[in-house]
Amino acid sequence: MKKRTFAFFLTAAMVLGIGAASVSADSDELISVGIINNDPNESGYRTANDADLKKMFTKENGYDAQFAYSLKNAEQIDYAQKFIQDEVDYLLLSAADTAGWDSVLQDAQAAGIDVILFDRTIDADESLYAASIVSDMAKEGQTAVDWLAGQGLDEYNVIHIQGVMGSAAQQGRSGALDAQVEANDNWNIVVQQTAEWNAEKAQQIVQSVIDAKTPFNVIYAENDDMAKGAVAALDAAGISHGVGKDVIVMGFDCNKWALEELLAQNWNYDGQCNPFQASYIDEIIKKLEAGEELEEKVIIMDEKGFDAETITQEDVDNYGI
Amino acid sequence: MNKNSGSLVKRLVGHQLFIPILAIILLAVVNLINDPGFFRITVGTNNAGNTVLSGYLITILDFGSELAILALGMTLVTAAAGGQDISVGATIAITGSAMLRILCGGVARPEKIAAPIIVAFLFGCVVGMLCGAFNGALVAIFKIQPMIATLILFTAGRSIAAWINNNELPIVPDPRFAYFGGFIPGIPIPTTVFIAAACIVIMLLVLKFTNLGLYTQAVGINENSARLNGINPTKIKFLAFVILGLCVAVAALIKVSRLSTINYSVIAKDIEMDAILAVALGGNALSGGRFNIMASILGAYVIQFLTTTLYKFNVSSDALAAYKAVVVILLVVFSAPIVREKIGKFGRRRASAREARG
Repeated sequence: MKKRTFAFFLTAAMVLGIGAASVSADSDELISVGIINNDPNESGYRTANDADLKKMFTKENGYDAQFAYSLKNAEQIDYAQKFIQDEVDYLLLSAADTAGWDSVLQDAQAAGIDVILFDRTIDADESLYAASIVSDMAKEGQTAVDWLAGQGLDEYNVIHIQGVMGSAAQQGRSGALDAQVEANDNWNIVVQQTAEWNAEKAQQIVQSVIDAKTPFNVIYAENDDMAKGAVAALDAAGISHGVGKDVIVMGFDCNKWALEELLAQNWNYDGQCNPFQASYIDEIIKKLEAGEELEEKVIIMDEKGFDAETITQEDVDNYGI
Repeated sequence: MNKNSGSLVKRLVGHQLFIPILAIILLAVVNLINDPGFFRITVGTNNAGNTVLSGYLITILDFGSELAILALGMTLVTAAAGGQDISVGATIAITGSAMLRILCGGVARPEKIAAPIIVAFLFGCVVGMLCGAFNGALVAIFKIQPMIATLILFTAGRSIAAWINNNELPIVPDPRFAYFGGFIPGIPIPTTVFIAAACIVIMLLVLKFTNLGLYTQAVGINENSARLNGINPTKIKFLAFVILGLCVAVAALIKVSRLSTINYSVIAKDIEMDAILAVALGGNALSGGRFNIMASILGAYVIQFLTTTLYKFNVSSDALAAYKAVVVILLVVFSAPIVREKIGKFGRRRASAREARG
């Protein structure tokens, strides 16, 4: 029965063009990994992340990979349980939400499956996973807020457009700004709203502020899509934005098109969120397979912040996703 | 006279436009109390250098357009099939993606558009109608519950949309494409308002000069007696879904034009629920039969009015659904026959009390 289920998933994988799996006979030598990710269509970041993983975890590289996607935590937990039943060697996880993972990770541990978190961290005991390769979202937020503070405006009236509430990216990027606003009298939040990574919602939120005629001079959007939606509202209302203009526009994730907006000086700042974790994961799995100890459990990737005044075409080509 | 006023209240309460109009008045009053300048419209210049109108009212008309267009088709589907299409958000993603595929020729960042916009739009219409035909065939021919039949595209639609463009997120380079979701130079009113108005007028003309409305109602009320009277229920239901597909294509054009790009997983997210709510708010029976298209259109703008109001009051946007749920509950209670009866009785009693006094 188990074999049949396995064969079924392999067939499914073939049909979807995910893996070039041929027969299940050689699967013994391959390292099987179950990868749980967010929907690759969620954003350019996720598309790049998914493509990077798919490029790394192939038969040629010695992996037998199964992919599962969902933006919902509960569905992701279901997938994790399925992978545990399938007895994968490694479970790679980018959790939709930080909470609720304890029991399923305990099951994984009991089944002898190593869990590697990528991109997003979770609220669970460190002993429950082998390693975690993450972006430090709080640091990303801090870098952005420090940059903004360095602009030396007399008064900061910020429209703060948040991602899906509760996600690590939202918490980290919101945290730095909240702290700064708390600590400084000349920093004000005009509106703090979640647009759930959605450009259309961001557009409506900013439109609402414009209609209310509330003055503002900074848009702090927690990803590029939302910044784009916000800018669409600014454009419609004839509010100038960019370097040396009325409103400072800040985004995150470094989509190629967003960096081009920076290059054209229409936006002011874009914070990187490194989507390329596959090589880090590969390295960790190699070490674990060789029986080596990992030096650090949590690996934080290098990330940059780009300023429209200093960005070059080379940066766009190298860091755009 | 007094007797008349009693029945007037009853007639008013019983009228299908009563609830949407009452909702608009309520929202308007709440907003006016909060901000007397709510309906002020100002003239400004946008960043493309055009003179444009702005203000809450314009925002409501602008962002309510897609919903109003979808409500047209959704009303027909509801009336004919006695069920709703829950795949419209996903089919917007599919048709929008198809349009961008034609416009950008499969390249993520083209230098210029690969085909005229009209070609892309017509192709989108065909794709939208095909999606509608797929749903329609399942419902009309295979007799599957509409909500179950459309669940297929609801689930698969966004993945199909992503597949059409190889998971790329193309950006349309031609500024003319942005006219449909923005402004045409020289015209200060958002283009979306004209598109919605055109769709509404066409739909009203079709209903006035063809038997579509009558046949749809007949099929919705009693399929068998409609068949006995020479109407083909299969054809009518199928047609309703195809028309909705066309509405979806127009809404998709507006949606992708707003930002000149697409995001498959979030474009038109949850719009199907708003479209269904618009039909319900219009007082149309969700189980099919009699319908009033104007009431649905009003319902659509009421929902956008509510959304805009909630944004204005800084309600967290992930809580919007909860507020809409409250509206649904009120609606269901209000439209229950027993409540309407009570209100009608109350009006009559007041009238007769006045009569006794006078």
